[in-house]
Amino acid sequence: MTNSIAEKRRQQEDEDDEEDGDLEGWGERNYTDERSWEALQEDESGLLRPIDNKAMYHAQYRRRLRSLSAASNSHRIQKGLIRFLYIVLDLSRAASVMDFRPSRMAVVAKNAEAFIREFFDQNPLSQIALVTIKDGVAHSLTELGGSPESHIKALMAKLECSGDSSLQNALDHVHEYLDQIPSYGHREVLILYSALTSCDPGDIMETIQKCKKSKIRCSVIGLSAEMFICKHLCQETGGLYSVALDESHFKDLILEHAPPPPAIAEFAIANLIKMGFPQRAAEGSISICSCHKESKVGEGYICPRCKARVCELPTECCICGLTLVSSPHLARSYHHLFPIAPFDEVKPSCHNEPHLKSQKTCFGCQQSLVNPGNKPSLHVACPNCKQYFCLDCDIYIHESLHNCPGSQILGSTDKAVEQSLDHTNRANLHALKKDVQKEFKDHMHHMDCNFCNDMYFHYGCTPNL
Amino acid sequence: MTSVPSKRYSDDVSLVVVLLDTNPFFWTASSSLSFSQFLSHVLAFVNSILLLNQLNQVVVIATGYNTCDYIYDSSMDASQSSEKGRMPSVYSNLLQKLEEFMIKDEKLGKEQSQRAIASSLLSGSLSMALCYIQRVFRSGPLHPQPRILCLQGSSDGPEQYVAVMNAIFSAQRSMVPIDSCYVGANNSAFLQQASYITGGVYVKPQHLDGLFQYLTTVFATDLHSRSFIRLPRPAGVDFRASCFCHKTTIDMGYICSVCLSIFCKHHKKCSTCGSVFGQAQSDTSSASDHKRKAPET
Repeated sequence: MTNSIAEKRRQQEDEDDEEDGDLEGWGERNYTDERSWEALQEDESGLLRPIDNKAMYHAQYRRRLRSLSAASNSHRIQKGLIRFLYIVLDLSRAASVMDFRPSRMAVVAKNAEAFIREFFDQNPLSQIALVTIKDGVAHSLTELGGSPESHIKALMAKLECSGDSSLQNALDHVHEYLDQIPSYGHREVLILYSALTSCDPGDIMETIQKCKKSKIRCSVIGLSAEMFICKHLCQETGGLYSVALDESHFKDLILEHAPPPPAIAEFAIANLIKMGFPQRAAEGSISICSCHKESKVGEGYICPRCKARVCELPTECCICGLTLVSSPHLARSYHHLFPIAPFDEVKPSCHNEPHLKSQKTCFGCQQSLVNPGNKPSLHVACPNCKQYFCLDCDIYIHESLHNCPGSQILGSTDKAVEQSLDHTNRANLHALKKDVQKEFKDHMHHMDCNFCNDMYFHYGCTPNL
Repeated sequence: MTSVPSKRYSDDVSLVVVLLDTNPFFWTASSSLSFSQFLSHVLAFVNSILLLNQLNQVVVIATGYNTCDYIYDSSMDASQSSEKGRMPSVYSNLLQKLEEFMIKDEKLGKEQSQRAIASSLLSGSLSMALCYIQRVFRSGPLHPQPRILCLQGSSDGPEQYVAVMNAIFSAQRSMVPIDSCYVGANNSAFLQQASYITGGVYVKPQHLDGLFQYLTTVFATDLHSRSFIRLPRPAGVDFRASCFCHKTTIDMGYICSVCLSIFCKHHKKCSTCGSVFGQAQSDTSSASDHKRKAPET
C-alpha cells in the first residue's frame, strides 16, 4: 500500500469539502463505519476499549516495508522506470454485482482513478492506456498517454456494463498495441477482473504464450474468487495475482502496482533514450501550440529539435516525436533508486545508551517520545544516523519524503569536495568560524541595550513591553 | 497546537517554518550584509508575523553546514514572559538556542573535519520542516496553514540534489508552498525550483539593507491573501538538465532507461548503474513512435 499521509490528508480535505456540499455518493464510506463493534477489544480487566489502531497500523506498515526492502536487496536495485501500462477494466455483467457497495464497477472506477493519479505521481515518464471489456469484446477507451486528467475523464464518462467478459479478447487487443512499444519500455497489463468466467473465441493458452513471448507482464486483481486461468496467466508472464476481500483491500492491492516493479533484464533491454529538455517560451509571446492547434499567449515549451511549441510536459513532440521532459520529472523518479533503509524499532529498555539518553523528542517533528505517564512510547531509530523518530514520522519519511532528516546531516560526505579542500583552506575555515562566533557575542550584547539606534529594535528594546 | 483546541482557525492563520542559513563560510564572506544585521531583520520579521494574528505560529530551524536543529517554536514559549523586563522572550530564547546550535555545529565540523563545507544542509532542514508540518496536519482538522520560508545565502550543494528534490516533491504533494529569499550572490537553482514547483515565491532582494521590507511585503501575507496580491513572478526558472558526464547544461541528451542518468552523448555502458546499452536506436524508435502516433493526432 503506497497511499501516503499526503493522500490521507487529501481525503480528509475531501471529506471537509463534502460536508458543505453534496453528501450523496459518500454512502460507501458510511458502510465501513457501520461495523463499529469490530473496533473494540477487551482488556485485562474485561473492559471494552477501542483497538490501538496506531500500533497495529504501524506494525502492518513495517511488515510491508521489510518485505519490500528484502526484495530489493536480493538483486541490484534496478527498477523499470519507463512503463507502458494498459489497465483493462472488466465491464461485463458481473461488474454490476453489488457485493461491493454500491457496485463492483463503481468501486473499480473510484479506485482506478486514485491509482492513475498515484501512478503518474510515482512514474512521471510512464504512460497509461485504458481498455474495457464489454459484451465479450475489448475496446480501447484511451490511447497511451501521460495525462491523468484525460484518462480519468474518459473513464468516468463510460461507466456502464453488459454482456460477458473475455480474457482472450482483452489480451489480444492489448498485445497488438504493446508489441509496438520500443524495447526499453516495460510492457505491463493490469486487469481488474470482476467476472468468474471468460468467453473466448479461441485457445487462450496460445494468447498467454504470445504475451509471454512479447515480454508483457500481466497482473490481475480479481473481485470475486480466485480463478485458475488468471493465476496461470500471471505466473507465466511474471505478474501478480490477487483477489480483493473488500473495498479497502482492493485499494491496497491496486496501489501496490503504482511503484515501479523491479526491472528484470530480459523484460526490457537497457538503452539510451534521446530526450529533449525544452525551455519555457518567453513570457507574452504568442504562437500556435502543436498539441491543441490553438494560438496561445505565454506559457508553453519549445521543442529543442524542431522548435514546435507544446503546452505541457512530459510529452512527445507531435512534430518530430522527441520525448520532451523537464529535469524535475527525472528527479521525481530518483528516489526509487536510492531508497532509505527501514528504521529499527527501539525497545524501551534500550534507553541506557549514554549518548541517546537525552533524546526525548522525535528528531523530525519534535513530538515528545515520552507518554504522559513518563513511560517512553514506541519509537524507531534510523540505522544510519541513530536518531530517534516517532512512528508517524517513520511512515511519512519512508512513504512520502524519502529522506531521513538525520542522515542528511551526518552522511553524504562528498569525497571529491573533500579532496579539493587543501590545508590553507582548512586553516581559513577555522578563522572564519571564530569571526562568526565573535559576531554572535557582539550581537547578543547589542540586543541587551535599552534603546539602540537600529530602527527595527525599538519594539524589542523598549522596557515597558 | 494541542494547548489551544478551542481556538478557531480561519484560513488566514499561518504556520511559518523559517529555515535560517547559519553557514559561517557564507556569512563571513558576504560583505553586503553581516550576520547580525541579517538576524535583526529576521527577528523583526518573525515578530511581525506573530503580531499579525494571535494564532500565527513561527518555527525557526537553523541550517548549519554540519547539522540542523530547531531553535525556536512559538507554540512552546507562548506563556513565558520576557526576562528581566528587557527583551521579549522571542529574542532571548532564539538567540540562546542559536548560539548553542552554532557551537554544536562547529564541534560536529571538527569531528568530521573534511566535509563538504561550501553549502548548508538545506535538504536536512527542509526534511525537518516537512516532518514538523506533517505533525501539524495530524493534530486534527483545525490547524494553521503551513508554509516554509527558506532564508538562504550559501550556494547549492550539488550532492544534496536528490534529497532536496525529494523534499520538494513531498511538499508539493502535501500542498505546502516553499517560499525562498536568497541573499547570496548568484541565484540558487534549488530554491528557484522549490518555489516554482510548490507554488511559493522566490525573491532575490536587490538592496539587502531593506531586507526587512522585502520580507514583510512579500512573505508576511498569509496564503489566502496571496491570491489578491501581485507577488513577484518567477522569472525564467531553468528546467534544463545537466549531463552526468561533463556537468554541462544540455537541450537534448540521452537518458539511461534503467536509472535515468543523463548523458550528453551516446555511451556503451551506463556509468551509474552499469547497464550495457544496445545500439543507438533512439532516432529510429522515435521515428517509428511517430508513425504509430500519427493517425491519432
